[in-house]
Amino acid sequence: MSVHFQEDEILGKAYDARLMRRLLQYLRPYRPTVVVSVVLLLLAAAADLVGPYFVKVAIDRYIRNGDLAGVTRISLYYLLALVAGAAVRYGQNYITQTVGQRVMYDLRMELFAHLQRLSVAFYTRNPVGRLMTRITNDIDALYEMVTSGVVTVFGDFFMLAGIIVAMLVLNWRLALVTFVVLPALIGMTMWFQVRSRESYRAIRVRIARINAYLNENIMGMSIVQLFNRERRNFGRFDELNRDHLASHKQAIRGFALFFPSVGFISAVAIALLIWYGGGQVVQNAVTLGVLVAFIQYTERFFRPIQDLAEKYNILQSAMASSERIFGILDEPVSVQDPADPVPLERVRGEVEFRDVWFAYPAAEFAAAEYATNRSETSDSAHVEGDGVKPASRADAPRPAMVRGEPPVPEGTGEWVLKGVSFRIHPGESVAVVGHTGAGKTSIINLISRFYDPQRGQVLVDGVDIRRYPQRDLRRHVGLVLQDVFLFSGTIASNIRLGNAEISDDEVRRAAEFVNAHRFIERSPNGYASEVTERGSTLSAGQRQLIAFARAISHNPEILLVLDEATSSVDTETEILIQDALSKVLRGRTSIIIAHRLSTIQNVDRIIVMHKGRIVEEGNHRELLTRGGIYTKLYQLQYRDQELRLPKLPTPS
Amino acid sequence: MCRSKRSALSWCSASRRQYNRKALSPRLLSYILRHRRVYLFGFLLGIAASALLMLDPIVLRLAVDGIGRGVSSRLLLTYGAFLVGIHFVVWILRYFWRLLILGVSRQIEYEIRNDYFAHLQRMHLAYFQHTRTGDLMTRAVSDLNTVQRFAGPGVMHFFSTIVSSIIAIGFMLSIDARLALFMLVTLPLVSATFIVLGPMIHRRYESVQDQFSTISAKAQENFSGIRVVKAFAQEPFEVEEFARLNREYIHRNLAVIKVDGALWPLMMFFIGLSSMVLLWQGGQAVITGRITLGQFVQFNGYLALLAWPMIALGWVVNLMQRGLASMKRLDEVFAQRPRIVDAPDARPLAAARGEIEFRGVSFAYNGAQVLRDINLRIPAGATVAIVGPTGAGKSTVVGLIPRLFDATQGEVRVDGVDVRRWRLADLRRHIGFVAQDTFLFSETLTENIGYGMERADRGRITEAAEVSRLAADVAEFPHGYDTVLGERGVTLSGGQKQRAAIARAVARDPRILILDDALSSVDTNTEEQILARLRDVMATRTAILISHRISTVRHADQIIVVDDGRIVERGTHDELLSRGGLYADLYEKQLLEEALEETNVETAT
Repeated sequence: MSVHFQEDEILGKAYDARLMRRLLQYLRPYRPTVVVSVVLLLLAAAADLVGPYFVKVAIDRYIRNGDLAGVTRISLYYLLALVAGAAVRYGQNYITQTVGQRVMYDLRMELFAHLQRLSVAFYTRNPVGRLMTRITNDIDALYEMVTSGVVTVFGDFFMLAGIIVAMLVLNWRLALVTFVVLPALIGMTMWFQVRSRESYRAIRVRIARINAYLNENIMGMSIVQLFNRERRNFGRFDELNRDHLASHKQAIRGFALFFPSVGFISAVAIALLIWYGGGQVVQNAVTLGVLVAFIQYTERFFRPIQDLAEKYNILQSAMASSERIFGILDEPVSVQDPADPVPLERVRGEVEFRDVWFAYPAAEFAAAEYATNRSETSDSAHVEGDGVKPASRADAPRPAMVRGEPPVPEGTGEWVLKGVSFRIHPGESVAVVGHTGAGKTSIINLISRFYDPQRGQVLVDGVDIRRYPQRDLRRHVGLVLQDVFLFSGTIASNIRLGNAEISDDEVRRAAEFVNAHRFIERSPNGYASEVTERGSTLSAGQRQLIAFARAISHNPEILLVLDEATSSVDTETEILIQDALSKVLRGRTSIIIAHRLSTIQNVDRIIVMHKGRIVEEGNHRELLTRGGIYTKLYQLQYRDQELRLPKLPTPS
Repeated sequence: MCRSKRSALSWCSASRRQYNRKALSPRLLSYILRHRRVYLFGFLLGIAASALLMLDPIVLRLAVDGIGRGVSSRLLLTYGAFLVGIHFVVWILRYFWRLLILGVSRQIEYEIRNDYFAHLQRMHLAYFQHTRTGDLMTRAVSDLNTVQRFAGPGVMHFFSTIVSSIIAIGFMLSIDARLALFMLVTLPLVSATFIVLGPMIHRRYESVQDQFSTISAKAQENFSGIRVVKAFAQEPFEVEEFARLNREYIHRNLAVIKVDGALWPLMMFFIGLSSMVLLWQGGQAVITGRITLGQFVQFNGYLALLAWPMIALGWVVNLMQRGLASMKRLDEVFAQRPRIVDAPDARPLAAARGEIEFRGVSFAYNGAQVLRDINLRIPAGATVAIVGPTGAGKSTVVGLIPRLFDATQGEVRVDGVDVRRWRLADLRRHIGFVAQDTFLFSETLTENIGYGMERADRGRITEAAEVSRLAADVAEFPHGYDTVLGERGVTLSGGQKQRAAIARAVARDPRILILDDALSSVDTNTEEQILARLRDVMATRTAILISHRISTVRHADQIIVVDDGRIVERGTHDELLSRGGLYADLYEKQLLEEALEETNVETAT
């Protein structure tokens, strides 16, 4: 089980009719089962109630009259009621929990499927940990509510009502006398509930702090030791630990006071029964059997009341969870398929940007640019004119209108692309270069439709890509990201992904083509080798090669590559990567955010971007002779970027 | 009980180990014995309360028999008062009983947790490299929790159950042996239910938990790799795969429910069965005059008093087994001895000069030879650079100086003395280390940069941030130096993290500064600026730089080329170039490249 170390979010109210109605929708498909479950619950409660009644009948009718056979007979009935009660209870448990499981499944699948439809923008805004909590803990809280909340609440109410009715029917005077202790019992229970709820919350927050601190210290232990922090960190840990202990002691006091008090209150009720009821028996107003039955009913009073109080907690956390889950389910799908999509069967591979203006949604602006530019290749750019700082951008005031530029749309950051137009012919390979923040990655984000531009059009084969179904579009557009993401599974499954149509042979050929075959075959299980924990068993270079194989095996007509220089690739692999890159670009429409010198030398055309605009175009040599921005970029980024710059064995 | 998911989580999942009967660990015993007075006093209170409660059915018997004889209302009131009195005293006794024993179990939990933390702090780096963080966490979270429940409610209910049972059985036997024997048959079935079903549920629940982990992992992977999922139009496949995992999850859950759903009904049934047998046999005994009606009610009273202890007994037996198993797992961690510790006669190192020497140092890790016969002398104040391919052993060389590892052969000396003979804390105090993997803590930037400083000094912190060129970035953070880093604050980029780590090392004002590939995520331009500032800092200190970039290392007093665990070349930049070895080769490639590019430009113009 994954352990979440985040502190609990503050709980809201316990009951919200709107949320509840919506939650109950999920029970709708199982309505018959739920009805059966409730009926069984009522039966089970009834079976529980007959015990004291049988005792009453046995005493009054048989024992006092010396009827041995009668005692045996009523005992037999009792046994039957017990067996029936146990069976019914088991059936009810099973049915309820089965429904709970199904509801949980439905909800979890709905949530997951919805998340799959949400745009990349949503994911940059929401950290993975938060989404994980939704799909695990929050759903579990709802399961809890369905199984022990909604259904058993009926049972507890019925039990309580049943006892009250049974007592009133047996002898209403005696019943009223017994009920005298009810306010004390309810009051005590409510006091305890409030108190324990607070204690639990305090404890949860504190244990989360301890665990977060411990976790971080284990992970950073070498730093702790190198910087002689042992004593001070231990002091801090002790502080957290002591705090946790204190909150537990506080909670224990509440528990210690409450649990024995229930016994005391019931003793008061029984004392009243003996005094008042006993007197009544003596005066023959009440039978002895009734008195004994009353004593037994009194003892059963307490559980449903405590249970009901407990439901409050369950309801409260379920409400908070459902609010969060519905929050995601209500999240609109910002990048949507059109109503009347143009099917995309064959692709020639022509890509065109027509006066594209694009700005990231404000909240995620910084994150989006940063996520794709991890290695800060042009750190200095931050400080200079185009400088973009995540912290500053996030809470910067809305940018003022710049003359000659259209106003920035509501809720977005500054323009990242400002009227970008270009056309890439089928089969042409194009490198996009520029400073960090020049808008290179945005071009890739737009062609993949991770985002839609605010103005202008992105066209593939002359049609606006918003008119294609996303799936069709992406089937023809291959993407190689810089941060190669590997899924747990085998190497083969990472190349083929979910596409079962790609045969083992094709996987192998793709790997051979991008020079990955050799190292794959050398691994213990070849293509069936397990890839673990985001591919930590593979080197960065090997992962990059697998990413190429993945893209190539899907045989896309258009290829987008985000290629950043990785400092930790060994020479041999670097050569393999360069070779693979030049091969995959050949004869395919490709757009590459290039960071390898060999790549920019090999492409048909280079587009130079600066501050969201295209400033220069041409091939490497042409651009260098121009002595413009490209020349500067070249000096800055490409000329002296690595210690070892191996060349292809056979320069093309 | 395991009726609902939540309670199931709390007790069924506490330990993920198999269900073994284990002996009481001496360590746990020592924690318990440390608090033996509290336990003893608590037990006494508990026994007193249990014994007192057993008087309750006697009062009931007196009352019922009295009522049968038609006693006065006054006497009935007295009986009632007795009952209330008994329970009032029990309330007080049990309040302190719970307070003492549960309180002391939390105290023990606190002590074990602190000891665990302190123990981990003493462990050597290699231990953390082959122990998963998650595993250490699970032990600290769920195993400790199980141990606490063993030492608290477990022990508490175990004793009170035994005492209650003995007294109740004694009373029952004294009233009617035959009836008592019947009860002795039916009541233990309540505990037996739990003892039999508990482990079954636990096992099945573990398989549910495994599947839950699989689902979590799948979801996490999907969310983290959403771009790839979308780019390759994998959504339908991912949804199908997720559905498949979830169906299996339901399947396994139902297997738990099948057994778990029976637990509570069965226990209720056996308690009911006891009442029924009592009604049947007891009723007949009353009729035949063997016992009075009051004694029948008294018997019922004992039954009611024993119902909870019988349920608890099964639970407690379970808890004890798992508590002991969990303690074993904690013991496994405690049993690991730290390998890097102070020698008994360790020497203090008040002020270091910063001279470093490697004498015939070899190092093996997990059976693999990482370093072979390293000999190296770095005079105080010198700057040495280490270059070489990935996996050559560069990080290991520098890790030996602050004793992250100890050499398997030979010795590493600081100021002419084997590092193993210096007091560890003193040795490390003089070293500023920037590790390859930058690790920052989720605290403020001030805390992070001043991490190794005895006392936080704002001036030195800002100065260090200036040196590492982080200051400009800090100025733009929402709360400047008080900005909290990490999930609940600002997430730094890779380069910012590295610069913060450099600032942290510099702020210590160390005699020895070690930078292990500390500028890899920083672009060449910024690197140049940082190096320029660092050169001032390094001028008065011993410095070791590991880098892949020649621009970083070329100005060092001495450059060491490490390949496959050996020093293959050494000398200054110029010396190495003239030697024509590996270093020169690498440099030449770079020059060639530049020359090639320059020709390109020239020919084009």
